[in-house]
Parts: sequence; C-alpha cells; structure tokens
Amino acid sequence: MSDAGAGRPADEKTPGEGAPDLGNEPADTTNTVTETIDEIPMGGVPEPGATPTVDTGEERTHLTDMPEETADRDAHGGDAGTTGISNNKLAMWLFLGSECLLFGGLISTYMLYRGRHSGSLGPDQIYDLPFTSVSSFVLLMSSLTMVLAVSSVARGDIRNTKLWLCITALLGATFVGGQVYEFTTFYREGLGFTTSLFSSSFYTLTGFHGVHVTVGIIMLLALVGMVSRDRVTGDRSEVVELVGLYWHFVDIVWIVIFTLVYLIPA
Amino acid sequence: MAIIERPVPATVAGPVAPTVTPSSSLGVFRRPVTSSGWTSWVFTVDHKKIGIMYGVSAMVFFLVGGIEALLIRAQLAAADGTVLTADVYNQMFTMHATSMVFLFAMPMAAAFGNYFLPLQLGARDVAFPRINAFGFWSFLFGAIFINTSWILGGAADGGWFMYAPNSGVPFSPTNGIDMWAVGLVITGIASQTGAINLIVTALNMRTRGMSLMRMPVFTWMILVVQFLLLFAIPVITVALTLLIFQRQFGATFFSVDAGADPLLWQHLFWIFGHPEVYILVLPSFGIISEVLPVFSRKPLFGYPFVVFSGAAIGFVGWGVWAHHMFASGLGPVSVAVFSVSTMVIAVPTGVKIINWTLTMWGGKLVFSTAMLFAIGLVVQFTIGGLSGVTHSVAPSDTQQTDTYYIVAHFHYVLFGGAVLSFFAGFYYWWPKVFGKCLSERLGKWNFWLMIVGMNMTFGPMHITGLQGQPRRMYIWTEERAGEGFFNIAFWNRISSIGAFILAVGILLFLINVVYTHRRAPIAPLDPWDARTLEWMTTSPPKEHNFDSLPTVHALDEFFHRKYEDVGQGDEHDLRQVATAEEILAEQEANADHHIHLPSPSYWPIVLAFSLPIIGYGIVFERVIAIVGAVILVLAMFGWALEPSVADDSDYDPPEPEPGTGLATVGSTA
Repeated sequence: MSDAGAGRPADEKTPGEGAPDLGNEPADTTNTVTETIDEIPMGGVPEPGATPTVDTGEERTHLTDMPEETADRDAHGGDAGTTGISNNKLAMWLFLGSECLLFGGLISTYMLYRGRHSGSLGPDQIYDLPFTSVSSFVLLMSSLTMVLAVSSVARGDIRNTKLWLCITALLGATFVGGQVYEFTTFYREGLGFTTSLFSSSFYTLTGFHGVHVTVGIIMLLALVGMVSRDRVTGDRSEVVELVGLYWHFVDIVWIVIFTLVYLIPA
Repeated sequence: MAIIERPVPATVAGPVAPTVTPSSSLGVFRRPVTSSGWTSWVFTVDHKKIGIMYGVSAMVFFLVGGIEALLIRAQLAAADGTVLTADVYNQMFTMHATSMVFLFAMPMAAAFGNYFLPLQLGARDVAFPRINAFGFWSFLFGAIFINTSWILGGAADGGWFMYAPNSGVPFSPTNGIDMWAVGLVITGIASQTGAINLIVTALNMRTRGMSLMRMPVFTWMILVVQFLLLFAIPVITVALTLLIFQRQFGATFFSVDAGADPLLWQHLFWIFGHPEVYILVLPSFGIISEVLPVFSRKPLFGYPFVVFSGAAIGFVGWGVWAHHMFASGLGPVSVAVFSVSTMVIAVPTGVKIINWTLTMWGGKLVFSTAMLFAIGLVVQFTIGGLSGVTHSVAPSDTQQTDTYYIVAHFHYVLFGGAVLSFFAGFYYWWPKVFGKCLSERLGKWNFWLMIVGMNMTFGPMHITGLQGQPRRMYIWTEERAGEGFFNIAFWNRISSIGAFILAVGILLFLINVVYTHRRAPIAPLDPWDARTLEWMTTSPPKEHNFDSLPTVHALDEFFHRKYEDVGQGDEHDLRQVATAEEILAEQEANADHHIHLPSPSYWPIVLAFSLPIIGYGIVFERVIAIVGAVILVLAMFGWALEPSVADDSDYDPPEPEPGTGLATVGSTA
C-alpha cells in the first residue's frame, strides 16, 4: 500500500486570486484583543526584575536554527523532501519499523509457547532441518536476485530488470511452496493448528511470514507488469527499490525466525 | 539495505517516456473531480475536509460513549440499580471505554492533527493524501462495525482491556468480542496508515526555513504521538489476532486450562496500552501549548523543554506498562523496576506543567473560553497526575487495583486532559476552520458546567474507591455502603448527578455550534492575535492552504511578522508592524503560479469498505470474507494504477478555459 503515495502530485494551476475573502470585515464579537496589542511583554515580565524570564523567540532562533543552511538547501532542492529521502521511501522505512514490532509480538508468543505441547509432537520431533535449510537458502538467494533487479532498473536495463524480478518471484514462490509442503507434512503427522500451544503459535508465526512473502511475490509480479508497460522509468524506478526494501525485510525476518524456531533446540 | 540511496537520474534511461497511465479508474469510471456536493466529501483527499470528517465522526462517538456513561451512572445512582441488567451493564462499560478511547479520543486527535499539522508546517497537504482518506474511512467503517455488534447478538463485555479468561468463548459466547477485536484491527489500520502519513509529512514536507525546532509544539506532539502509534499498533494487532484465532479457529493462546500463560494477553495489551495513554494525552498537551501562549500574550516558556519532555514521555512511556499489572504477581524485581520507571515518567510531565504555569506567569491573560479550558486542563490534569503517582507505589496500588479510585484517576487524566483540551481546541480554532467564532457567552457556561460536572462525577470516585467499591460491578448494596462521610451511597448519588450536569455542559456546546453557524458574524482574520502559520491564510483556508508558501525565519513566525521588538537589551517593546490582513494581501500578491494538488479518488473509500466486509466474513460466514478480499485486491490495484492527478478528460467540460481555477488541474501533465 505504501507505494500508492501521491507525494509528487502533478501539475495544477490554481490562480492565487479569487479566494474566498472571509474575515476581511472584522466583526465585533467578544474578542477585542486586536486593538490592544501595541505593547506586549513578549517573553519578558511586566515589572522589570520580578522574574528572570528570558525566553524570547529570538534567542531560541539563535540557539536552534540554521537559517543559512536551510536557505541554501532549499534554493537547490525545490520541493524535494526536507530530509532528502523521498516520501515513499521514508514511508516504507516507517512501515518496516512497525513490522518489526508485529513480528516481535509473534516471535515472543512462539518463544513463550514452544515448549508447551503437553506430550504431543514437539519442535524436536517435527522439524525437518535439511529441508527447511534448503528452502531458507532459496529465500536468501532471492535477496541477491532482488539486488540485481534494483541494479538493473537503475541502469535502465528493462530486459534484465524483468528477468531478475521474475527470478526473485520464482525463488519466493519456491519458498512458499516449501512452506505449504512443510505444513501439509506436519498436519499429516498429526500437528494440527489447535493441537497444542506450540503448534498454534508455530503456525501463526510462520504463517504470518508466509503471507508476507506471498504479498511480496504479488508485488514483484505487478512490478514485472509495470516494467513491461514502460511505467517504471525515471523517478518512478524507485518503486522497484521500495519493493526491494520490503523483500529484504521479509528475508531478514526469516533469518531471525529460522534461527529461533528451527536452529535453537527446545 | 537499500543498494541505491539516491534516485537515479532519468538520463540513463534515455528520454523519459510520456506517462501512459490510464486516467480512468480501471478504465471504466471517470475520476471524481467535483469540488462541491457530497461527492466532494466522500471522495476527497483534502486534509482539511478529512480533518473535519474525523472531527464530526469522533463527536458522534463521543455522544454515543457519553450516553453509555449516563446509563452506567443511572444504574449506579442508587443501591441495587435496576436500569440495566448485569449482562447489559458489562457490555455498557466495555463499549463506553472502547468508544471513548478508540472511537473518540484517538480520531479527535487525528482530526486536529490532520487539519492543522500541514497548515502549521506550511505544507499544501499531507504526504499521502489518498492514504489519508483511506485512514479516515477505515476508522469510520471499523467504528460502525464494532457498534453493529449491539444489534447482532450483543456487544463485547470483557472490559476494554479484555482480560483472559473473560475474553474466551465460554465466558462470552456472543459475537461481541469477535466484532470488537476485528473492528479494532480495522481502526488500527487507520491509525497505522495515519501515523506513517503524518510522520512523513512532518519530516519531509516542511516549508522553507521550518526547521524541527521551529515547529509549533502542537505539531511536535502530534509527531511524537504518531511514532507511538507506529510502534504500539502492531503489538495490539498481534494480541487481537491471537484473540480472533482463539475465538474463531480454536487456538488456546489465552486459555489457562490448556496450559497457556495467563499473563501473555496482559503483557501484549499493556505494551500497547500504556503508550496508548500517551497517544491519548500528548495531542492535548500540544493543543494547550498553542492556546496558553496566545492568551497569555507571551511566547511559550521554555519551548525546547516542552518539546523534549514530550519526546521523553514518548520514550519512557514504553517502559512502564507493567504498572497496570502490579496485582498480577509479577515478582518483586519487576514490580520494583516498573514502580521506579512510573515515578520517573512523572518528571517530564511535571516539567510541562511548570512550563505552562510560567507561560501564564506575568502574562496579560485573556480569559477566553479556549483559555479557560486550557487552564482547566492544567489544574485537572495535575490532580489526575498526582493520583497517578500514588499508583506508582506498588503496595498502595495493589490496594487500589480494580476500585473506583483507578476510575477517578484515569478520568481526571483523560477527561481532564484530553477532553478539556479538545474543547480548548474547538474554541480556539473554530474561527480558523469555519470562519466564525463560537459564542463566548455560551462557551463560558459550557466550560463551567463541564468543570463542575466532571469534578462532581469523578471527584467522589476517589472516596468510593478508597472505601473499596469495585469497578465493573453492576450494583452496590445499602448494607455495605458504609457510614457518615464515607457513605458510598451519598457519593455515588453525587457522581450520578455530576454526570448529568456534565452532559448538559456538552449539550450547550452543541447548541453553541448550531447558534454560531446560524447567527454569528464572520470572524476577523486573526481573532486571537495568534502566533503560528495556520493563521497566515484565509479562514477557512483555501484548498491549497497558502497562496505562496511562507518562508519561516523564527519560531512563532506569524507573530514575528506582525510585531517588531524595538526594546533595548532585556527590555522588550513590541511594535505592531503589520496586520494579518496586510500579511495575507502580500501573500496573495506573490501567489505561486503552479500549485500542485492531488485529485480526489474513489479507491480510498472502496478499499476501506472491503475491510468490514472481510470482518463480517471472519465472524459470521467465511464466504463473505472472500468477497471482501476480492474487493480489497481490486481496490489495491485500481489505486496503484491510478495516477495521483486526474487527466483532463475526466473533467466536465473536458477543455476548460485556462486560468479558471481547479478546472485546469493536470492540463500540463
């Protein structure tokens, strides 16, 4: 959703004149303050020496602001973001930051419940480490191909962009396929979603991750379509990078999950 | 992680191809481009219209929550109350809290934030206008979704923090809690998107010269709140998801009889829930930090301290959640740690109160209604803050847990904090938003009735609580009411009378609104002699906010443009050098020629509409969820493929004359 920004709205001419001219006739309501403001003790005190208040607007200006620098940058930057990062990319980073807390909550729940399977199948009996290691490797390799896709689009190489995006999606799909296979196997062996606290929290955590990968695949395929129709050019090519950020994040989360869930013995 | 940190120059891709994006949504519909009528509201992406819609919706749910509160007080006015049954009473206090916290206070803060944050920053809109619209609609649909549970078998009845095991199916067999949980996930999506949007806006869309330390305090506090939302909402989303899985799919995350940890829900809930407290109250600190200086005729005392103490509250707010759980047997170390951190967080809050007091000190105070509400906040919030410090002492807190003393405390901080400041904000900004000042005469009545009402309602709860009257209990009995001064029968009656006085006060506000819009004259441009950028435009502001984006040279820019300090040394002698009208005229004379505004869109409301459909599907019939999911996916693609500005052909007539205002949108694309 975060690629949908209208941060760079296109042209519109709106003449400055002709605005509603409300408020040009000062109506005499209960507020007559505007008449009596010739002498306002701004930040000072009415009686000299009563309180050492030195909090004036000007002093703060000197303390905290860098007018020249700001003016300089604005002279060049036009309406570029104040931080130098585009709106879309900043939004993606923020979104990924909040995702950390989402997976944090799910991982905590799993860690709390991994040992609670009351005699039924537990982590040590059920996991097929070689299989999951291979599918993890596939997912991690997809980060490499994602990097190559981003690099291709940066060079304006449409053909390779499409190629690497497709390969990334394919690797991701392989991972999700592996997960589906894994879930099916576990289910056949008797580990249903409601079998134990361990199974519920395992399926919830890895399922959430699988959904994230799936959403990533859909975004990659949509990107392939957009690249084919020449809609990812110039400034817009940043969208590939944004999907890349998401993709790398999902991979990194998997590294954490794989370590905590599969590698550390219960 | 980003391999390429800067946008690539377009030159490497050869000449940039002209954009070939379809202008009509999915090639079928024309873009909604009207600027009047109901479609201009429903499909709008204008942050000001969205802000007003947030405000109106929040006000409606404030009244709903208020009616729920009045029913509760009617039930408790006398011994063995018969107004509500025990079951309905449970639903009533659960939904009262849910309405007030999630459906009133948060969206009302969003209303102020949406409307004023871009104006105070000197921006023309938020960073993602369509996401902004989506946020509003998903809040509204989520809120309606939760409240439809009343007619679909009964509302949630587990208390707003929905502790296990009461949240389990055996203890709450209706669909109320399911709809509550799904609805809160939906409103959480609204908060989440809103948070990302406003953070990007505040960090990236400031006007020339608007450095962070020149941002008005209100904008600062909204920024801090958005960071809290950004990290708190995912945690409650996890908790709610687990709860939905438990109730709908048979998981046992919170069932102690299945071996679950009884504290998991409490931890997840309060890791969200305590930052939530600051999410509710920090916007209010921002509002009164705007109101107090204006009506004290002084700059805010210690601006950096107010800003940094707000940020400090934002940080420390993450380390105090377990003080809600002192009675749950956490163990002495945890209790000691959270006890100390809770005392610590009182410090930045105290800093703010001192700053507000010293802002008024020596100022030429103008006791307008907005100012009265702001002063009311300082006083009432301090009372609530002090009873809060008594909770940080764990032995004392274990005595007070689940009594009316707690109820008294959080109503003093939330009603005395959040609600009073919202009213201060209404009276202060009403002329900016609607061009007319609310009646001061009715306003004073409104203020005093609310202050008297709230103290009568919540003050006695300190006494009844310390006497041991438990929260969430649908009756109290005469035999156990106690004697003399501590007779809870007397104090409960006072509370109930107070609640109705409070209701009259709020009714007066609504009357004031109607009266103002019928009778009041147009307000002057700058009725309060204000200090910040939002007053440097017309009232109400034009669609594009500023004719020419102002360049900021100082904190309180608008004030410094109006006044010049001709005093020597420490003496300040201010001379008015310009009026608001002159400043505005100068701006209009230098109007920007190419003003970029995004076009309205169907997709935000369509996308938001798919969420409650999925929700009903999860709770009632899974097939409906699939329909909702299809709408969701279609809407996402429609949205992503839609350019942010409409094509010429969407306008009627298609070829407008040049220079006729909004009709020429996109003509040079």
